[in-house]
Amino acid sequence: MEYVDLFIKAAFVENMVLAYFLGMCSYLAVSKTVKTAFGLGLAVIFVLGITMPINWVISEYLLSESRGFGALIGADLTFLRFILFIGVIASMVQLVEMIIEKNSPALYNSLGIFLPLITVNCAILGGSLFMVAREYDFGQSVVFGLGSGVGWFLAIIAIAAIREKIKYSNVPPALRGLGMAFILTGLMGIAFMSLMGIDAGQLMGIK
Amino acid sequence: MAETAVKNQEAWLGKKERKLLTDPLNDNNPITVQVLGICSALAVTTMVVPSVVISIAVVFVCAFANLIISLLRNSIPKQVRMIVQLVVIATLVTVVELTLKAMSFDLYKQLTVYIGLIITNCIIMGRLEAFAMANKPWRSFLDGVGNGLGYGAILIIVAVIKEFFGKGTIAGFPIIGNTTDYMINTTAAGWQGTMFGWYANNNLMVLPASAMFVIGVLIWIQRSYNTKLVDVS
Repeated sequence: MEYVDLFIKAAFVENMVLAYFLGMCSYLAVSKTVKTAFGLGLAVIFVLGITMPINWVISEYLLSESRGFGALIGADLTFLRFILFIGVIASMVQLVEMIIEKNSPALYNSLGIFLPLITVNCAILGGSLFMVAREYDFGQSVVFGLGSGVGWFLAIIAIAAIREKIKYSNVPPALRGLGMAFILTGLMGIAFMSLMGIDAGQLMGIK
Repeated sequence: MAETAVKNQEAWLGKKERKLLTDPLNDNNPITVQVLGICSALAVTTMVVPSVVISIAVVFVCAFANLIISLLRNSIPKQVRMIVQLVVIATLVTVVELTLKAMSFDLYKQLTVYIGLIITNCIIMGRLEAFAMANKPWRSFLDGVGNGLGYGAILIIVAVIKEFFGKGTIAGFPIIGNTTDYMINTTAAGWQGTMFGWYANNNLMVLPASAMFVIGVLIWIQRSYNTKLVDVS
């Protein structure tokens, strides 16, 4: 139950793009058509779901002073967090790219260019840093990773669909493209805020 | 003697070099034109002070990452350049984080993950790829400073607008609002019926979403004056 709550919170209420502005660069750059947005969204869900638990293990058993390697040598290694996290993300993205290339060339061709972009997608590193700051446990970090991935996916699909339609409207020339995308994102952010009071237990009739 | 001094000066801060510094402020602004680096720091723009801190951090990291990568540019193999760049950036950001933690713990608490997110700030990676990998150290350094400043300028403009209209303060200094704490007290007898009498703080401006509106409008204004930036598509 707690996990369902966390999932909904990560995907809707605290949406990575609309509430925290994370992953804005690729969100704005790759949201011109729904098709490409869909591919990138799936890849982000995947990478977030994998890197979050790995980074949890690293920060708990390698860097923290209380457990694992840190306790063994008796030192607080948390200052290495940034370098290790970004290293894990970069190598995971590389690994995912290699696996997809080998097993499914069709998917690789449609995702190809977007995969390396994910390394510098702030939503991925941001997720891992939020996980540390909020002291999630292992299960929570998996759910939070998947939840925020789904949230990012939904946001980029939505903006891509709107941008496809808005091409046919008569927007002032200076506002066309980027300016309009910003204002649309703001409006979407306000719309997503209306989901703030959701209680998953009540929704399913348990509480 | 004087002639050589002038020549030296030109070499260090000539026309091209000055262009590197000023271009990113308007014509080639990282946020409104290059569309890079919107990610990491916009959520801190509700207040002016954190935005200034983030801007300083970005200028520092961007300038020195550019300098270091430019010095190393001939010895980095093409295949691993991303990793090398990320390690340089991550190291610099760790320096910033530890400095801030030591000097101002309150601010450090307030900024939480956003300091770390400077690593994935696309401006820094973008400038490394686009500029530092192909240019000499001093120019790369200036390019880094310029882009950091261009980024900081937008951040601070947004923060000033949001904080002033949202809370009636600028950098925590109360200016306009409806209690006696404010310099212009909109409910006081003397001010009622004057041009400020109607004003109440706009809570919409405190929401993260309003940063998007403010930037959208800034882009609109900039492109109305600078028509060569308008999207053709």
